[in-house]
Amino acid sequence: MTRSYLSWGRFHRFGHEAVRPSRDQDMPGLLGGALPHPMLAYGMGRSYGDSCLNDGGALIDMRGLDRFLDFDRDTGVLTCEAGVSLATILGVISRRAEPDALWFLPVSPGTKFVTVGGAIANDVHGKNHHGAGTFGEHVLSFRLARSDGSVMTCGPGENEPLFRATIGGLGLTGVILDVRLQLRLVSSLILEVEDIRVDSLDEFYRLSEDSLAEWEYTAAWIDCLAFGTALGRGIYTRARHAPAGTGPVRSRPAGADSGKTGSAKGRLGVPVSAPDGMLNNTFVKAFNAVYHRKLAGRKVVRRLVDFDPVFYPLDAINDWNRLYGNAGFLQYQSAVPDQDAYQTTRDQLGLIAEAGQGSFLAVLKTFGERRNPGLLSFPVAGTTLALDFPNRGNPTLDLLERLDEVTARAGGRVYPAKDGRVSAARFQASYPQWRDLAAHADPAFSSSFWRRVTGGHADHQDESPT
Amino acid sequence: MKNVAIFGATSAIAEQVARLFAAEGCRLYLVARRADQLERVAADLRVRGAAEVFTFLLDFDDTANHASMLDDCARRLGDIAVALVAFGTLGDQERCKRDVAAAQAELRTNFMAPALLLTGLAQRMEDRRGAVIAAIGSVAGDRGRQSNYVYGAAKGGLDILLEGLRHRLAPRGVAVVTIKPGFVDTPMTASFPKGPLWAKPDKVAGDIRRAIEKRRPVTYTPGFWRLIMLVIKSVPRAIFYKTKL
Repeated sequence: MTRSYLSWGRFHRFGHEAVRPSRDQDMPGLLGGALPHPMLAYGMGRSYGDSCLNDGGALIDMRGLDRFLDFDRDTGVLTCEAGVSLATILGVISRRAEPDALWFLPVSPGTKFVTVGGAIANDVHGKNHHGAGTFGEHVLSFRLARSDGSVMTCGPGENEPLFRATIGGLGLTGVILDVRLQLRLVSSLILEVEDIRVDSLDEFYRLSEDSLAEWEYTAAWIDCLAFGTALGRGIYTRARHAPAGTGPVRSRPAGADSGKTGSAKGRLGVPVSAPDGMLNNTFVKAFNAVYHRKLAGRKVVRRLVDFDPVFYPLDAINDWNRLYGNAGFLQYQSAVPDQDAYQTTRDQLGLIAEAGQGSFLAVLKTFGERRNPGLLSFPVAGTTLALDFPNRGNPTLDLLERLDEVTARAGGRVYPAKDGRVSAARFQASYPQWRDLAAHADPAFSSSFWRRVTGGHADHQDESPT
Repeated sequence: MKNVAIFGATSAIAEQVARLFAAEGCRLYLVARRADQLERVAADLRVRGAAEVFTFLLDFDDTANHASMLDDCARRLGDIAVALVAFGTLGDQERCKRDVAAAQAELRTNFMAPALLLTGLAQRMEDRRGAVIAAIGSVAGDRGRQSNYVYGAAKGGLDILLEGLRHRLAPRGVAVVTIKPGFVDTPMTASFPKGPLWAKPDKVAGDIRRAIEKRRPVTYTPGFWRLIMLVIKSVPRAIFYKTKL
């Protein structure tokens, strides 16, 4: 039993049996009895709650399966093992970039330090959801190892039900061995970016409306301690790939190019947990006020920058999650349908401001109208709000419960990749497809999250819920 | 575009070093014993930027075939700029104590095979001013200890062979680089409980890449092992024998 596997929130502390295979052909043997049950694949531990954890069970650390199998530069089809990180992919495709074939990740979440397997299991989205959908839409196929010793190739048209269940399937259907991924052609790896000051929520929605056609990437940072008329104030950022031939703007941070995923030189780091959490209210207030003034009174700031700081601003600080101290933090991300999105977001932001529980990071963006590729994919056409809360025990959990009520009233739901506390009843009501996933789940696989939200109704009734 | 030959290319450490050379656009010649794994590693390195990757299947214990492999290398890769000898096994010391055959296998793979390969390499590379021959030894070779002296003896012997080779090739401008890793978290050590002294293969690989670049005679990786081994080597026997090291 090791206690060294945590999720990004560092809130759950569990013991696991862990293995780190380095050859894909070892997998069937591991799954077929060498490991205690239940099992779960673990990538880079960037999901926030308990969906990547398996209290008392086995974790299969996938970071040893990090080989590329092929990259066809004519078609942009990349084949790699599931433990390859997006950071490594970016390192390879930007290093080998050729002016006439600039391939790029079709979808990229807020950190590049996730594995391809994890990106599929959580069906991650990025700032371009309205144009590109989720990560799963760009997966051509993968090979899935199951505990019965089988290895199944899954894709659209081949074992498709299992393919759909695995996308967003939280690792419950088995272990993804390798993946064929369709990259996309872009005009440049440099982005044209506009930061626009927004002073209210109405303005956010107006800007969103105006931006979606012309700008591929959009998201807003919101000061969630602002209330009254200032509620919803923040910075709306929209970006698109610069025209072909745009010259280099500045050097990329070391972590992006080296293909490394650990602490790379040139990036800041947080070596130990901050005492009592540095991110207390005063700090967050000061930070938010300063960040809002980043634009120095101007309405719009335009810049040409490398993709890295635009997509992954927090990756510049290694282990930033440790700033929350030993108690860890909780992330809340909801998606609510368009119809009631405006009022729901107002209510959510109002609740947070009222509770005075500052969120260091509050990100608001709109999801587009897309057909989700996975059974349990998170997005719904509407608005998604993501927030961090330092763990202060019950007051924090109470606030999140009140946010859940607001989200549920609007027919919304929370993102399993971020969640560590939603009730089984709310999860099941907001993801009625969960029973279909349970039907496709490998009987030897489970997670702490799954046991919690299925409350013993799933296949693993013998496992004590945690 | 540098020509780099890696012997034992599917070992965890060697694979990480190969990735660094691939990212620099080098041409690589990879030798290993397991076909499927070698092809997988080669494919990975091609995507990671290697200009060309050649593979050759060989069990290094099969020392009679070293020469034909080196001929193949000369034919396909051409002159070697950097050679890295990275294969090895970590046998079970308890078995080596009781079982002569086990001890023999350990000594053959970790001393005889690399020593003969290095001999062949030195012949072919001695006129290649600027070239580097690097080999992975171990901190275990610095002092005989009850817990792993068979493996330690092989690595210690290799250490002396490399020292001599370095002496011989110094006037000809060929550097010989000895790498002494401490505890590395690889499949070879999967069954060991890990503590703070353990390093990841990518960290060790970075140190190896730098040692080759700087043509450093002896490199401990991580660097703190130089100090640890200095202490271990200087402990008087009377005290040393009271330990379980």
